[in-house]
Amino acid sequence: MSTEAKSHVSETARPAVGGLRSSRRALSDRAIINIFIWPTLALLIAINVFPLFYSLYLSFTDYSAIANQAPVWIAFDNFARILASEQMWSVFATTGQYVLFSVVLQLLLGFGLALLAREKFFGSGIVTTLILAPMMLSPVVVGLFWKLMYNPTFGYFNYLLGFDNPALAPDWLASRIAGQPTPGLALLAVIIVDVWMWTPFVMLLILSGLKAIPDYLYEAAAIDRASSWFQFWRITLPQVAPLVLIAVLFRTIEAFNKSFDLVMGMTGGGPGDQTEVVAVNLYRQAFLGQWQTGRASALAYMVLIIIIAISNIYIRNLNKMRNQS
Amino acid sequence: MATIQLRQVEKLFGEFQAVKPMDLTIQSGEFVVLLGPSGCGKTTTLRMISGLETVTHGDIYLDDRLVTWLHPSERDIAFVFQFFALYPHMSVRQNIVFPLQAVGASRETIERRLSEVVDLLRIAHLLPLKPGKLSGGDKQRVALARALVRRPAAFLMDEPLGALDAEFRESMRAEIKQLHIEQEATTVYVTHDQVEAMAMGDRIVVMSDAEIQQVGTPAEVYYDPANLFVAQFIGSPGMNLAPGTVAGDLLSLPGGNNYRIAPEWQETLSNTQNGAADVLLGFRPEAAEIHVAGELSGEVYATELHGAYKMLHVSLQEEHDVVHIRSDRQADYPIGAGVRFDLKPDMVRFFNPHTEAALLAKRPPPVSRREVVFT
Ligand SMILES: Nc1ncnc2c1ncn2[C@@H]1O[C@H](COP(=O)(O)OP(=O)(O)OP(=O)(O)O)[C@@H](O)[C@H]1O
Ligand SMILES: [Mg+2]
Repeated sequence: MSTEAKSHVSETARPAVGGLRSSRRALSDRAIINIFIWPTLALLIAINVFPLFYSLYLSFTDYSAIANQAPVWIAFDNFARILASEQMWSVFATTGQYVLFSVVLQLLLGFGLALLAREKFFGSGIVTTLILAPMMLSPVVVGLFWKLMYNPTFGYFNYLLGFDNPALAPDWLASRIAGQPTPGLALLAVIIVDVWMWTPFVMLLILSGLKAIPDYLYEAAAIDRASSWFQFWRITLPQVAPLVLIAVLFRTIEAFNKSFDLVMGMTGGGPGDQTEVVAVNLYRQAFLGQWQTGRASALAYMVLIIIIAISNIYIRNLNKMRNQS
Repeated sequence: MATIQLRQVEKLFGEFQAVKPMDLTIQSGEFVVLLGPSGCGKTTTLRMISGLETVTHGDIYLDDRLVTWLHPSERDIAFVFQFFALYPHMSVRQNIVFPLQAVGASRETIERRLSEVVDLLRIAHLLPLKPGKLSGGDKQRVALARALVRRPAAFLMDEPLGALDAEFRESMRAEIKQLHIEQEATTVYVTHDQVEAMAMGDRIVVMSDAEIQQVGTPAEVYYDPANLFVAQFIGSPGMNLAPGTVAGDLLSLPGGNNYRIAPEWQETLSNTQNGAADVLLGFRPEAAEIHVAGELSGEVYATELHGAYKMLHVSLQEEHDVVHIRSDRQADYPIGAGVRFDLKPDMVRFFNPHTEAALLAKRPPPVSRREVVFT
């Protein structure tokens, strides 16, 4: 764009140059802007803006996309019913556990890995690259792949944990140990996979924060006789805190929404509803059974509000931190 | 307070020799300035003393303690960085008490020391602020406070005033010197500013090309430079140098000038005759006295008024061999006019142009010259 703009200027400054040059420049800057902007805008409106407002409208109606009936306005009934439903609260609780455990674990592991990856050692580049691999896979692939890993008869996971008799080993995705129901096991299994997949992302963010800390701060601290531990608490942690918050923000939002692919790929929400997080529940309401489009829209908006609220808290803290330093 | 000794300390970065093997002893309570042009290895030397940089060869002693391989935290030295290196996320107060908290000092000790340095440096009003909000001079005061609060055995300062405005530098210079006098703390101070070095140092270590050129008091390096580098580096402008050929007791200089060699120099100079232009005559601008019957003559090439005096650029021979002569502020010298001048005999020095080393008179020049004159 900038070279285009420059040649535009220089040629208007020399208008007397022959017709060949001006015909080569058939498109004005404005035309180019139009060519790029309008299709984008149209696309955005069609697939983002319109559905956003349409689903907001639907959330106040009784409507099913497969029933041949116009939406019926019912005001806040969908929201009231969701809040009154015990099953929904259990879904929210499952989601909360999932988000909390996976984000905390990712943070701890990611921080640890980032501290290790900061050190230069032989092959540190290749090791860092390898660590990043899980993040680049599609969640569906990861889900299927871990389903094999967790398989009680031929999966590698139990074998690595030291179980050699499949009959006594945990069946992770079915929430059973040696045949006995063990609630929580399937959720833990999904959390482990989420942590495996997204810890590298947290590591990458924190690593970039660590690398941005100037060496002279550590030199000053060494002169000031600070131990490594003291340096970590008083320099490293406060210096990377903003990036830690950003990592937490990203992971929280994603754990709310994107858990869908992973959970669907591994358990489909089961056994029972043990791993039924909001995203899966939403899908079920919207696209399975009766296709409760109105109610699903309402639920989607509630998730949106929760995410906006959480993001706001984080961003406020982030700004506070910025102002302090 | 501690003495600092470097014995054959050398630093290589790969093949590159940043500091050539160096011997230096700094007495307890002394203020020593490392002075030299950019890239001569001053910072590297200082960082080796602090332990921030490992030495390649040689040993460093603090008092009689061998510290060559000790971590900076085990050496009991404070370091003031050129760009302050304050902790940006901490308040001034937290910055200053950091070194005390790091070693787990008691709350009373921390409060007492804090109030001491805060009074000393008059920075009480800055305590709640973050470093980002401070001016350069205030940042430097905080950095000094952080160093002082520990009461270390020695202070190392790397161009602590380098990042300040010219007017600020002068007052901070006096402040640092005053602090040194009060604390009697062994201090190694790095600068590339010779005025700063002259004003502050008990002794000056002149460095160039990764090695020490001369160690001496400000007066010694100014009046008795050990070699051509020091002669030209110290003083602004540096020492005047004129090539000459010795013939008996006369030195023939450019432009047909003849300078009568003082008796104490005659033996030294007669031994150096080994070709044309075999000696360099050196004198400071204030060593020349303009006089109608002066022994030497030249032509005014340019004049500069420096406030209290006028600096004449005098060419001995057709716009070449320009020397600087300090003259009266009011005297008027048109460009191109001839001037005659004498040299104060006790302020004349000679150098070997081949080895670049200063020549020594048979007996030391009988002078009292404690006061240093520089601009
Ligand atoms: N870490 C390093 N790796 C390689 N070379 C270095 C390193 N640190 C310094 N040097 C080189 O060593 C030489 C001396 O550097 P040093 O910083 O000690 O100079 P200095 O006298 O402090 O100069 P200045 O006045 O510019 O600060 C320079 O040529 C520099 O490029
Ligand atoms: Mg330096």
